[in-house]
Amino acid sequence: MKPFVFVLAARSAWNRRLTLGVTMAAVALSVLLLVGIERLREGARHGFAETVSGTDLIVGSRTSPVQLLLYAVFHVGAPTNNMGWAAFQAVAADPAVAWAVPVALGDSHRGFPVVGTSPGYFEHFRHGDGRALALAAGRRFDGLFEVVLGAEAAQRLGYAVGRRITLSHGTGEALLPEHADKPFVVTGILARTGTPVDRALHVSLESLEAIHLEWRGGAPVPGLVIPAEFVRKFDLSPKSVTAVLAGLHERTAVFAAQRRINAHAGEPLQAILPGVALDELWQVLGTAERVLVAVSALTAAIAIAGLVAVILAGLGERRRELAVLRATGARPRDIFALLTLEGLFVTVAGSAAGLALLLACALLFGDLLLARYGVALAAQSFAPSELARVGAIIAAGLVASMVPGLRAYRLAVADGLTPGS
Amino acid sequence: MDPAAAVDPAAAVDPAGAADAGDAVRIDALEFTWRAGLAPCLAIPALRIGAGERVFIQGMSGSGKSTLLNLVAGVAVPTRGSLRLFGHELGALGGAARDRLRGDHIGYIFQQFNLIPYLSAIDNVLLPVHFSARRRARARQQGASPRDAAIALLARLDIDAASGARRAAQLSIGQQQRVAAARALIGAPEIVIADEPTSALDSERQQAFLDLLMACCAAAGSALLFVSHDQRLAAGFDRQVRMEELNRAPRGPA
Repeated sequence: MKPFVFVLAARSAWNRRLTLGVTMAAVALSVLLLVGIERLREGARHGFAETVSGTDLIVGSRTSPVQLLLYAVFHVGAPTNNMGWAAFQAVAADPAVAWAVPVALGDSHRGFPVVGTSPGYFEHFRHGDGRALALAAGRRFDGLFEVVLGAEAAQRLGYAVGRRITLSHGTGEALLPEHADKPFVVTGILARTGTPVDRALHVSLESLEAIHLEWRGGAPVPGLVIPAEFVRKFDLSPKSVTAVLAGLHERTAVFAAQRRINAHAGEPLQAILPGVALDELWQVLGTAERVLVAVSALTAAIAIAGLVAVILAGLGERRRELAVLRATGARPRDIFALLTLEGLFVTVAGSAAGLALLLACALLFGDLLLARYGVALAAQSFAPSELARVGAIIAAGLVASMVPGLRAYRLAVADGLTPGS
Repeated sequence: MDPAAAVDPAAAVDPAGAADAGDAVRIDALEFTWRAGLAPCLAIPALRIGAGERVFIQGMSGSGKSTLLNLVAGVAVPTRGSLRLFGHELGALGGAARDRLRGDHIGYIFQQFNLIPYLSAIDNVLLPVHFSARRRARARQQGASPRDAAIALLARLDIDAASGARRAAQLSIGQQQRVAAARALIGAPEIVIADEPTSALDSERQQAFLDLLMACCAAAGSALLFVSHDQRLAAGFDRQVRMEELNRAPRGPA
């Protein structure tokens, strides 16, 4: 093939820039989709893996690790068994454990989970690349009937600091019995984390004990009413928790600590490594992600099919042009190269435009995504996996462009200098 | 029709059978069949075109003109017989060699739609220079650079530099045909084939175009193979060949 054919193909493509521009836009959008989904997937996976960071072990009563993770971190589902307060104290007292924060679930407020915990939660909980929780407004809870809202819960419910709310017994959206006699006051609202913390309402363990004083076995005891001002006369020390988040002095001690906790004599306990469990959970979610990838790959295939169709459709009216080129000495394989290159140019230009579009999107919406969903859409460069996808699209474009190329080759041979005869 | 100008094709046969190396085109007992088993659509016992000779080939459509031109240009191959271009037996050459031979030695002017619409007139003229090193070298002898040669040729054919820079699609039909002539002539190919190049022009411009083309061919030393159905254009040619007499194939739909 002569280098001149390159120039000719470029000028021919430029001449039909409107038609080819539309196909190029389709290729660009499919590249944006394919690479963008790859990037979102990586970002989501990364963000997901960092839903909890800085927590070395999660401890609960025996169940599957994913189950424990689901309710301890995501506050989804209900534990079959709680663990006793003595067990919590045993975990906290383990020589390897630097800090232990209890998590007690079971109540909710208008569909948002209520998390009973200790003030240590705000000290030790980490997400993302080790970021601590920060208050966007107000202060932490510091006594009975005080609640700190996650950012999304506050926003969706429209609550501000100072608002009085009542908690419901149980979880879910159904009509639940309310702890209406003991209202809580919002003392603080957390900054957005992009993790399940955003959806939670945080109260002290003692507050949870207090609202359940007259409850036995999940239902209020008939006739027993203990007004809020008298609850301090009762023993409000926690009786049980759902799970424990624990940090170690030395991460290297994690497996030894895990073994010790799993062998705890008092009651059957289980300690899991959050990273491992998160990975396991991601595998489950991965199916949806693979469907997304398949759909975006299909989109790319459609874009390339459109490209081939457009070039093929233009071929009929270009037979004279091809005959002219043949008359001036072009060989059939030059004609093949001319048509194939045209398709390749469109694919390459479309891919470049798609990547540029992705960078623009990352710059424009990256911060928003990170804040809202905890998904990092790094804007700086392209990962090898992303470039591999672009490479695959360009390769597919090249192969597909050979279809009009071959057709033109055949036409050039058959037509000679008298097209259409 | 001037019967004196019509030459008996048999007279073109070299009685001695000796190949004249100076012949641009030499055809002997040529037959061409579109598909094996069909009757030949072209059968030419003999045709000789000398170097620099101006030959007018007259024929109606369906007389086998296009087939003959495709054969001479090397895009089709004789089914039987011999077709030599400067002594090269075309049937013995591969497609690539025939393409090279065409690019090197033949300038071609179509009836119409000669130009690549998205290239400028000058770039259209320069097309053969890109596909043939020989034409490139010879164009440098015509001008300081191939581009200069193209501009000079266009000027000779009455296309000024401003029109030469315009896209082919913006030129008038007459201008387009003259640009096509310049393209056929750049790099001084040995043969210029013109396939009804004046049929899209009005009659007063036809003769002007033909005069220019003949003068340019003479200047470049190119033989001119001019095909037309229009007998009135035959004056001024060295020789006239009637397709009906040249082609001995049984008449039928082409």
